[in-house]
Amino acid sequence: MSGGPLVRLSGVNKWFGELHVLQDVDLSIDRGEVVVVIGPSGSGKSTLCRTINRLEAIQQGEITIDGQRLPEEGRALARLRSDVGMVFQSFNLFAHKTILENVTLGPVKVRRQSRAESQRRARELLDRVGVGAQADKYPAQLSGGQQQRVAIARALAMDPKVMLFDEPTSALDPEMINEVLDVMTSLARDGMTMVVVTHEMGFARRAANRVVFMDGGRIVESADPETFFTRPRSERAKDFLSKILDH
Amino acid sequence: MQFISDNSDLLWSAWLTTLSLAVASGVCALVLGTVLAGMRVSPVPPLRGLATFYVEVFRNTPLTVVFFFLFFGLVYVDLQFPSRFTTAVAALSLYTASFVSEALRSGINAVPPGQAEAARALGLGFGQTLRTVVLPQAFRTVVPPLGNVWIALAKNTSIAAGFAVTDLTAALQRLANLNADQLLAVFAAVVLGYLVITLPSAWLIRVVENRVAIVR
Repeated sequence: MSGGPLVRLSGVNKWFGELHVLQDVDLSIDRGEVVVVIGPSGSGKSTLCRTINRLEAIQQGEITIDGQRLPEEGRALARLRSDVGMVFQSFNLFAHKTILENVTLGPVKVRRQSRAESQRRARELLDRVGVGAQADKYPAQLSGGQQQRVAIARALAMDPKVMLFDEPTSALDPEMINEVLDVMTSLARDGMTMVVVTHEMGFARRAANRVVFMDGGRIVESADPETFFTRPRSERAKDFLSKILDH
Repeated sequence: MQFISDNSDLLWSAWLTTLSLAVASGVCALVLGTVLAGMRVSPVPPLRGLATFYVEVFRNTPLTVVFFFLFFGLVYVDLQFPSRFTTAVAALSLYTASFVSEALRSGINAVPPGQAEAARALGLGFGQTLRTVVLPQAFRTVVPPLGNVWIALAKNTSIAAGFAVTDLTAALQRLANLNADQLLAVFAAVVLGYLVITLPSAWLIRVVENRVAIVR
């Protein structure tokens, strides 16, 4: 639509009751950019991710996606959300629907695609993330890693402009983390615009264009991964990195 | 036994009346209760308020009073149902819908919030999210409590007997007055009539429950 940044947060403030979870957050994300958000728990990084498609409402500031201000509620918001893919920590696959139905639900109900066309595309996406053989099973019959890859396929089926990942590997057994990260890395390589909240520093180094470090509801530092991991500027980031990289 | 078979026509039609009261009211209550439950979880405060008001009024009013109002109160506002049977169905439906709504709402609350979030994140609206993702899962967990509501409804139909609807309980009264010696036999026949409705229901509920049980 416009040439500006795809996602833009300016002066965003949010409170949970007394708790000031997002404090004057400014962030803009360009087309094709992969931004990894890291920080200690409770730093507001998940909340930040969830405000971008308004799963969390903000009290102050402005968020625009593709130049369009996030609508308050209703149809306009739903339309905008359909352009923003989201992958959750707990997968959130629809428990009563098969894998294939999980992926076709959005295209059929929101995009009004034909069943046949949406199924063809769903199978293509499921093959791409390596779970094509599971199409007729239910989510509970899949491993965590498989479920999360289905969740990625489900989001991709909407042809989103940007993908949000809210700690996508935090609920996974260690041996399943890589299968999910591999899918995400290939997405990043294909030019998808991504916001990734994660604790996977390897992924941040490998796939990110930019690392955003948050603490206490603020963006403390924002730099390319090389700079951030080798020469962090703030004391808080140095401290954080020393704690996680020593292990 | 002779007395029962002599009056089998009356008992049979009374049983059919009880069954149709229960089934018709059950269907209406399920539809109305689902709408009410949807309103109670909607993001629109006036809808929530209206549904809460409805549920609290009908849940806390004795069923007999609801019957009284529909049979004798509505004429004062120039309203009348086409027959005593439909009036009874209306009373039972309005009353039972409040219980259906509460049972469903507990089921809706039992669906993990991530399910609705995932649906909203895909761009589904509130109604679509409720219809395609939340309610189908909520219905599964509320089969046992809805079964209770249904059995209570089947027995509550007996209130209609007090309002000149010839159901099983009305038949019991009439036959007992006719021949007090046969009271026990009539009792047995009527109780059997109710059991024939409620016992298979309990069994059917278990079947449905196993059929729709969600794999988690």
